[in-house]
Amino acid sequence: MSEILMIKDCKKINSNTRRITFEWDVEAKPGQFVMVWAPGMEEIPLSLSGVKHEKSVTFKIIGPDTEKLAQLNSGDRIQIRGPYGRGYTYDQNDKKNILLVGGGIGIAPLIPLMKARSADIVLAGRTAEEVEPYIPTAKNFAMKHWESTDDGSLGFHGNAVDLVKEIMKDERYDEVVACGPEIMLYFLHQYLNKVHVEHQMSLERHMKCGCGVCGACMMDDKRVCKDGPVFNNYEIDLMPEFGTSKRGIDGSLIVFRK
Amino acid sequence: MTSLKTEVGDLVFDNPSILASGIMDETGMSMVRVLECGAGAVVSKSVGLASNPGHANPNFLEVTSGCINAMGLPNPGIDAYGDEMKIAVDKGNVIGSIYGASPKDFVILAEKMQSYGACAVELNLSCPHAKGYGIEVGTDPKMVKSIVEAVKAAVDIPVWAKLTPNTHILPEIGKAVEDGGGDAIVAINTLKAIAIAPEFARPILSNKVGGLSGAAIKPIGVRAVWDLHNAVSIPIIGVGGITNYRDALEYIMAGASAFQIGTAVMDHGPEVFNTVCKGINKFMKRYGYRSISDMVGVAHE
Ligand SMILES: Cc1cc2nc3c(=O)[nH]c(=O)nc-3n(C[C@H](O)[C@H](O)[C@H](O)COP(=O)(O)OP(=O)(O)OC[C@H]3O[C@@H](n4cnc5c(N)ncnc54)[C@H](O)[C@@H]3O)c2cc1C
Ligand SMILES: Cc1cc2nc3c(=O)[nH]c(=O)nc-3n(C[C@H](O)[C@H](O)[C@H](O)COP(=O)(O)O)c2cc1C
Ligand code: FES
Repeated sequence: MSEILMIKDCKKINSNTRRITFEWDVEAKPGQFVMVWAPGMEEIPLSLSGVKHEKSVTFKIIGPDTEKLAQLNSGDRIQIRGPYGRGYTYDQNDKKNILLVGGGIGIAPLIPLMKARSADIVLAGRTAEEVEPYIPTAKNFAMKHWESTDDGSLGFHGNAVDLVKEIMKDERYDEVVACGPEIMLYFLHQYLNKVHVEHQMSLERHMKCGCGVCGACMMDDKRVCKDGPVFNNYEIDLMPEFGTSKRGIDGSLIVFRK
Repeated sequence: MTSLKTEVGDLVFDNPSILASGIMDETGMSMVRVLECGAGAVVSKSVGLASNPGHANPNFLEVTSGCINAMGLPNPGIDAYGDEMKIAVDKGNVIGSIYGASPKDFVILAEKMQSYGACAVELNLSCPHAKGYGIEVGTDPKMVKSIVEAVKAAVDIPVWAKLTPNTHILPEIGKAVEDGGGDAIVAINTLKAIAIAPEFARPILSNKVGGLSGAAIKPIGVRAVWDLHNAVSIPIIGVGGITNYRDALEYIMAGASAFQIGTAVMDHGPEVFNTVCKGINKFMKRYGYRSISDMVGVAHE
């Protein structure tokens, strides 16, 4: 269902990232997302980066709609639809050893999960500023945390997948939970399959209805919005479009890796 | 023995449940999934001559007992859509939905759908939010008759016409389909609707006007099928707000030979087709109906 809510806070996280906080009295799970709209922009899907009574979305400014959203201030109003999708599957009381892997803006949606159950976390980014804002929270809530940057400006010099490979030389995990760019997830999925570690990943496709009706977000026979956006490794194994092709807004097939 | 076997003119389906156009049918694989979940047939997304991105977001909104959409007929165009059809027709009955602005458009599209293996074409004469298409061609009986006639002359597969409830002359338009040689009528498409956000003092959908679907429109759809049953003798396919077996039976008893489900997929998933069919089967046993055709239009007697 949709509601028009008042923005409590629009916070600058780094040069191109903002967090909008709002009070919203619905139950939501880590990994779920909302459709966000205000006049003057197109409605866009954003993952929840806070799922308690006070909720939030954290987004990177990459185009006209995120640009517009970033201009809003506390007291302004936004329309929120959702929460939609299946969140992460977890049991806060199990004894599983879990590693969270967040890449870039994909770190933020993992925060509610990091707060909900014990886990280690990898914070990966292109540069230090993509990672730094999350280190204090990781210190507070994660068991262990590691950082990587593509440019080597902070932590491990390299990408998230290479860091995970390093970490797994010493650590044993029952499950990995990842959110980030599809290319990172694609190679992480291949590696984790090779070493037989179960995993869940949060995927993205162009969304319109957000709730399983229109079929705009199909990845193979799955609706990313409703059947996902979180899929486990067994499901992903059956989705050959993952990491290789997507649908344009007219539904046409766009192959981006052969 | 009860049987769910369903006849719509010359077509025979395992059961009377059909996926409505525009719901989980932009791609071949999504249609396959719905067929595998037990739908007797699926209707494709409405496809036009050229690629169309549809209307900008927001184009969808849940409202009390339904939703309003103004997707704006997004589709990759009939040539690209051939690949999706190929995947789906292998797995079951696929009805190709098409939209155009003139009889000539419809003929080209119908011929393509036939060549892709569609078991029938459904002419979308009823979209409430696409300028120059849909309602704008589907509320003029003369235009409707000429489109149906032209398509009938061009293809061998059955021709269904999907009509809009946004008119006071629905029976007349139904007659026009019948006079043009149409094989069946599908009713109803969505009802024109607007949602306004008071806080923003403006309509929510980018197109402002959308179409209302879901539980809220069921009594209107049942009435439309009822009126059409009195007006024409070709088969009618009922659609609008069906969520459970009792909703489907209302349509059948008002005069529908089969029914389509759309919006209910949102809350009940593609499994809804199987659930509704099971419910109908149980009902038939309990109330002594042997076949779907035994129930068609019985509420009129
Ligand atoms: C389930 C889901 C959760 C997401 N969560 C977050 C999040 O927490 N933080 C964040 O920064 N971003 C998130 N995104 C991506 C976010 O929706 C896009 O960054 C945003 O739509 C960009 O809009 P724009 O107008 O600023 O940029 P544009 O220039 O319009 O688009 C840039 C790119 O954003 C993507 N995009 C645009 N519109 C849509 C749409 N309707 N649906 C999906 N993707 C779109 C496309 O890949 C496009 O190429 C999420 C996407 C999905 C599907
Ligand atoms: C998101 C959405 C997209 C639709 N797209 C089409 C379409 O492309 N062609 C069409 O003939 N009808 C379209 N419809 C209308 C449905 O096929 C159906 O007639 C209507 O929704 C009523 O049935 P329902 O209440 O079961 O959804 C669409 C409906 C929805 C909700
Ligand atoms: S966005 Fe409509 S089905 Fe996923």
